[in-house]
Amino acid sequence: MITTSNLSKKYNNNLVLNIESLDIPKGQSFGLVGNNGAGKTTYFSLLLDLIQPTTGFIKTNNIQVNESEDWKPFTSAFIDESFLIGYLTAEEYFYFIGELRNQNKADVDALLSQFEDFFHGEILNQKKYLRDLSKGNQKKVGIVAALIGNPEVIVLDEPFANLDPTTQIRLKGIIKDLAEKKGVTVLISSHDLMHVTDVCERIVVLEKGKIVKDLATNEATLKELEAHFTN
Amino acid sequence: MVKQFLSLEWKSFLRSASFGKSLGIKIFMGFISLYFIILFLGMGLLLYPGLKEAFPDKDPLLIVNSVLFYWILSDLIFRFFFQKLPVMSVKPLLQLPIKRRDIVNFVLGKSALSFFNFLPLFAIVPFGITLIIKDYPTSAVLGWMIGLVLVTLIINFLNFIIESFSAETELSILPIVLLTGGLYALNHFNIISFSNIISNGFNAIYKTPILNITLIVILGILYWFNFKLLRQKLFLDSGLKTKIKEVNASNLEWTKNFGDIAPFMKLDLKLIWRNKRTKSSVWMLALGLLYGLFFYPQPTYQNLPWFFVFIGVFSTGIFLINFGQFIPAWDSGYYKLLMSQNIKYEQYLKSKFTLMSVSVIILFVLGIPYVFFGWKILLAHFAAAIYNVGVNTHVILYGGSFNRKKIDLSQKAAFNYQGTGAVQWLIGIPLLILPMGLFALFYFLVGFEVACLIIAVFGVAGIVLHQKLMGVITAKYLESKYKMINAFDENK
Repeated sequence: MITTSNLSKKYNNNLVLNIESLDIPKGQSFGLVGNNGAGKTTYFSLLLDLIQPTTGFIKTNNIQVNESEDWKPFTSAFIDESFLIGYLTAEEYFYFIGELRNQNKADVDALLSQFEDFFHGEILNQKKYLRDLSKGNQKKVGIVAALIGNPEVIVLDEPFANLDPTTQIRLKGIIKDLAEKKGVTVLISSHDLMHVTDVCERIVVLEKGKIVKDLATNEATLKELEAHFTN
Repeated sequence: MVKQFLSLEWKSFLRSASFGKSLGIKIFMGFISLYFIILFLGMGLLLYPGLKEAFPDKDPLLIVNSVLFYWILSDLIFRFFFQKLPVMSVKPLLQLPIKRRDIVNFVLGKSALSFFNFLPLFAIVPFGITLIIKDYPTSAVLGWMIGLVLVTLIINFLNFIIESFSAETELSILPIVLLTGGLYALNHFNIISFSNIISNGFNAIYKTPILNITLIVILGILYWFNFKLLRQKLFLDSGLKTKIKEVNASNLEWTKNFGDIAPFMKLDLKLIWRNKRTKSSVWMLALGLLYGLFFYPQPTYQNLPWFFVFIGVFSTGIFLINFGQFIPAWDSGYYKLLMSQNIKYEQYLKSKFTLMSVSVIILFVLGIPYVFFGWKILLAHFAAAIYNVGVNTHVILYGGSFNRKKIDLSQKAAFNYQGTGAVQWLIGIPLLILPMGLFALFYFLVGFEVACLIIAVFGVAGIVLHQKLMGVITAKYLESKYKMINAFDENK
């Protein structure tokens, strides 16, 4: 589904990302971990064509992302709050994203109804602009908006940060469900090793822009990761 | 303490992401300031001999005193639009061991050093020196000059009080209009003659300089009031917190008629209506529409037909200039979202184009009553409207692709009352001057009707080539995509 080859990104001769090859098959729940500055967000930004690679390329569904825009219809993402439109209410934001993804109001409503639990009564019918919601609630909106329009690839940067424990657990359920039952390729990054090992079938560790570990998740993975980051 | 504040200010100036750009603007503003300095200096030097010649049997000083009231009013209006309370990001300072009092005093003290307060000195000092040379008693003249300086400072602090009240009303220009209009009307209809009161006051100060104490007391009260206003705002849950307003949702179904650009139209309309900064450009519409009334009633301008086009472009294009110049920076807060969404750039830009074109048409229609001042004016406005739709919209959209400065719609700097200033108008100049020059050329070469026709033809050509032009503009935006994303992300 997603193939990366010879990808690198330099800022003023400072190599921040260098991935020789990385293949992510369809329907995989893929986790990216690493310390600050490891290149997680850089990789996601390259995947979404928000920055230009210095060398190499990423292809999704055989579409090279920095050459064609045809990957957009089946890809969605929530990277940070800059993906939200502060002066809209949550509903208006969902409908706006829906319109961009050719979903009518009813489609969006049907999708939203599945997330009533997740929203915990704090998102819909609030008569509040997104800019006035708390960080955690903003995140909920962004994550659910990324699910609108049946995308095949979903990219979530640090989805667990700022969420309360109940929501974290619910989010884990949602992500697992997407990959297992609906065949969606989910890419997430996280600083929380426990969450990542819970959710992802595969975990890649980045360090200074390079892949240093590529693990298929099993019972020993969490220990292995903890050992890796203790040094 | 003051030293540290100053060093913070200096760093924030030097290290801001838009340093290069704002430096250019600052140099330009420097020239404008120089122009005003020379203007005031000239006024100060020529005032005495000029008045002496025009009114040989009157004392120039008394004449100057009698018009001081109008100077105060116009200074207030001028400052309201151009002078802002110095902005300082205070949030990070609050939990540090700095007294709130010091922060407020620093901000207010800095405002006293504003250019607007020094400008009158360039007129007052030469005029005062002339008076002394002409054998007026030195101490009296000095007292009079000090009085004027005090009035300048009073206006300075009065302005911030007015601005803080306008910040709380929907119609931000209402307080200043009510105040100055009210004072002017009371004076004009001789209900309370402020011009006499102020004139007599200054005559008295001239005779007994010690009366300046009254002015000092007024100044003190205003300073104290400003201090109180600002002090209140220095808490996280009052001034620094953005007020949460209940949403007034409307679904704007009628935008459906615009087809595939409807989602963006809806978004743009909400953008304009729900953010303070953009909302002010809506009120500008009224100003633009009435702009002609400043000129057309005067016979001088009736005989300057080449000037009609300038007013036409301005009054039908005021929204276009105001809103257009910040495309796509209005959307800078969520530009990454738009760029990773399933959208066509062209639709996004077309929505902006449609919005601007519709505003031109509406403004033209509302301006039809100008025909009262002559059919030529209507014709010129019509040509100008076509030019605006066909040429200026495309120019301003193209210019937008060079936009690299983020606009933060949601956050307001602590003391920033309005968010718009003089700089905003600079960018509009080429859009106004070019058609006027073109028009003037053909007007003097051939005639009025032909000049109108030429302007209109340019506009029609732009409309005919719309698809092609949009293609070029879209390509330019795509080309600068990464740079824009980067810039909008950077200066958070």
